[in-house]
Amino acid sequence: MLRTWRQRITLTDIVVWAIGVAIGAVIVIGTIATLRSGKYPVTTWLDLTIKGLALGGVYALIAMGYTLVYGILRMINFAHSEVFMSGPFTAVFLANALARSGFMDRHPIIGMLMVLVLSMAVSMTIAVLLERIAYRPLRNAPRLVPLITAIGASFFLQYVFRGLYGSGFQAYAIPKALQGSITIGGLRVFNTQIAVILGAFAMMFALYAIVQWTKTGKAMRAVSEDKEAAALMGINVDRIISLTFALGGISAGAAGILYSLLFPVVNFIMGFIPGLKAFTAAVLGGIGNVPGAFLGAMLLGLIESIGPNLFLDGLGVPTPSQLKDAIAFTILVFILIFRPTGILGERMAQSKA
Amino acid sequence: MHTKPISPWKAAIQAGLIAGTSAVLLALVGMTAAFSGRYIVSGWFTMGQVLFLAPMFILGYTTARKVAPQSTLNTVLVGLICGVIGSAVQAGLVLLGQVLDLRAMFVNASPALYEILTLGRGLPGLLLLLVAGAIMGIAGAAIFLLPERLAKSVLQALLWILLLGLLRDLMSTVTAQWVIKTRAFPDGLEWAGTLITALSTFINKTIYTASGLKLVSAIVLFLLIGAWSYWRYGQPKRVRISGALTRQQQTQRVIGLGAVTLLFILLPSILGIFFAEILDNVGLYILMGLGLNIVVGFAGLLDLGYVAFYAIGAYAMGVLTSPELGFFNLTFWEALPFALLATVLAGVILGLPILKMRGDYLAIVTLGFGEIVRLLALSDWLSPWLGGTQGIQRIAQPTIGSIVLDSQQDLYYLFLAGIGIVAFIAWRLKDSRVGRAWMALREDEDVARAMGINHVTTKLMAFATGALFSGLAGTIFAAKLHSVYPHSMNFLVSINVLSLIIIGGMGSIPGVFVGAFVLIAAPDLLREFAEYRYLAYGALLVVMMLTRPEGLWPEERRRLELHEEEEAAAMVEPPSVVNTPGG
Repeated sequence: MLRTWRQRITLTDIVVWAIGVAIGAVIVIGTIATLRSGKYPVTTWLDLTIKGLALGGVYALIAMGYTLVYGILRMINFAHSEVFMSGPFTAVFLANALARSGFMDRHPIIGMLMVLVLSMAVSMTIAVLLERIAYRPLRNAPRLVPLITAIGASFFLQYVFRGLYGSGFQAYAIPKALQGSITIGGLRVFNTQIAVILGAFAMMFALYAIVQWTKTGKAMRAVSEDKEAAALMGINVDRIISLTFALGGISAGAAGILYSLLFPVVNFIMGFIPGLKAFTAAVLGGIGNVPGAFLGAMLLGLIESIGPNLFLDGLGVPTPSQLKDAIAFTILVFILIFRPTGILGERMAQSKA
Repeated sequence: MHTKPISPWKAAIQAGLIAGTSAVLLALVGMTAAFSGRYIVSGWFTMGQVLFLAPMFILGYTTARKVAPQSTLNTVLVGLICGVIGSAVQAGLVLLGQVLDLRAMFVNASPALYEILTLGRGLPGLLLLLVAGAIMGIAGAAIFLLPERLAKSVLQALLWILLLGLLRDLMSTVTAQWVIKTRAFPDGLEWAGTLITALSTFINKTIYTASGLKLVSAIVLFLLIGAWSYWRYGQPKRVRISGALTRQQQTQRVIGLGAVTLLFILLPSILGIFFAEILDNVGLYILMGLGLNIVVGFAGLLDLGYVAFYAIGAYAMGVLTSPELGFFNLTFWEALPFALLATVLAGVILGLPILKMRGDYLAIVTLGFGEIVRLLALSDWLSPWLGGTQGIQRIAQPTIGSIVLDSQQDLYYLFLAGIGIVAFIAWRLKDSRVGRAWMALREDEDVARAMGINHVTTKLMAFATGALFSGLAGTIFAAKLHSVYPHSMNFLVSINVLSLIIIGGMGSIPGVFVGAFVLIAAPDLLREFAEYRYLAYGALLVVMMLTRPEGLWPEERRRLELHEEEEAAAMVEPPSVVNTPGG
């Protein structure tokens, strides 16, 4: 037993593990040093946790789009970050028109819903068109081909929206109902954060329910298992793939509105970073796996908001928040070293992908 | 996939809607207006008009080809419907613009745009637009009616006219500096000077006007190019069999290669100092492209963080040479080996953790690596060593003897030397044992490993070589600017390099050159284009993948892979010489 195990370990494995262990050691040492210094009170950590949860919720909704599409087509929809951007970047015009006319103050719930629905509709349309025009003809092409198409589509969409709405920033007017904050036991929580967390969880639950408990969801899972067999069972594969993209688009559109509650300025490039993070989150949790995407996104949101202070402050790194994205990617590498298919991923990526 | 017979009318209406929507999109994105000042044929039509009329022409042609109507009349009708609907959609935009203030949302929906779409004649111009659209649609469909050889020649000639019209500014700048150069010609060469001046006048005054082509010269050129390509399509196709070159083909190759090299050496003199800067950029991207071509094209490892090595090369050069930081104060040549060693090490370090990952996981981790490098360079934490947001200034310039290579033209030759070495290495590596191992891994990793290929060393070799080439580009770039900034190390660089090797043809070394010239030089040459560079890249990548995934100058093997069925169908009688893979 031990002998076969020893034979299978190669020098590269040892080096790779050493890298992983080094990353882990830095994290542990940094955390201990920070906590021992006692620089931050507990409320700061709680504050950062709430920020992380809100951010994680948004990432989770975007990650759904990546993971659903990956589950079905085994391709990374690189242009999903632009699907995410298109919704809020379009809906900002409606939101501001409503705010100017005073409608938003009189009927905040109807107004917000209108903005949300518009954002979801735009993102959904873009996602479905993308699949129809760019991805469907390439369904049987070598793996690199659709991936490159997706990168191309991503740039195309970014600059189309730049051309349409201009390269400047558009600011969302946060409705009065969501301004302000409440204080629970010395901890100040913004209303927008509460709205984002509740919205993201509700939306996640709805998506999970659709995938798990409806007939369409069952068909989706069947197609992701085996396209040919699903087609033989009478499932219209093309329609299901379109629906998957639509579902991903809807959740991205909703995520876009929630994201603009947290960061109320939008422009054509806004999708890149959250898209990248959500994608990282999906990979972190095990791409193709719905609960994995949720778990990965929450983890990533928390790491991103707590990580810089917790891991790096104790090591004497100045302005650690500059490195929050670097930490997120390092954690990704760290987890992939020990679990190459993500936290909840099956051992699929190695054999099939 | 079963194909239903398509009703030609339905297809025509669909095509018209697509044409109209794309034209409206081009208009709202701002391209139509931006290009409306650039005449293709002076006084007759502009690039802007091409943009809003060409969709009907193109879709008229493709629809006619798709539905293949039985009679001539039906073909014309299909084109007519497509054209009228396409222009009607655009007319709808103009009318909508009169009623609503679209500009509150779409920044480009300006009165100037409506002016262009109505051909400068106000609302009655909409009728003109409809007629023009109809003519375009019919013309597109009519091309289908021509015999194939003629149709192809006509399309090719049209494209050439468009290109020549767009290149007017380039032509006049280049010829103007030719004339200046003739003044410095020694005695006895006056005849050459007169000849060049005459040629310049001919180009600037006879073929072109101050804006675009002359109508007469456009027609003459159209006929000439059309006739030439008609003749060329008539020639029997040469069957290329890889791996087996005759003596004659070999000499042809050597002569061709020599001519290309000579052209590259003379290029700054022909084009002038004005273009040296652009040529330097192209050189930079060719160097990086040759490196990424090894990683993505040969070994099939999709690296989206390729800018990291470029950054490491540039920063290593900065840290080693800049007196501002004052660590080492080496000269360029002393620092070069250390900088290159650093990039190779970085390549291996990145390569190790991702050995086991494939495809998509690889893409995200490499992308993350690129971002990590940029963020570290930008951070306050490392700013005592890397300069933070300020970057590093006063980087040493390369010298040869006592000559400092500091002009753009000198640096061009430095790039050229680098490219020469790197291209030679890449070319030799391709057919080497390692090169064939890379390609085997690209095709099927499991089979390759079963055949005894050591995937660890092979992959690490690919990463290290790719990193080395990119690092070289980075060091020369640092010397060129005398400084490095973290902001120039962004994700877009990786995307540019990736795009150029894909457009050129993945795995193909000449493809890298073609791709770099198309993607890097072209946007710099057309001022209006610069703003739509990434839009065009994106569209080009998508269209390329859908229609010609092997690239502009494909590698033989990849072309065969991607067109296996067609080739098999075309090859009724197999050639007697067996195709050797990778040859």
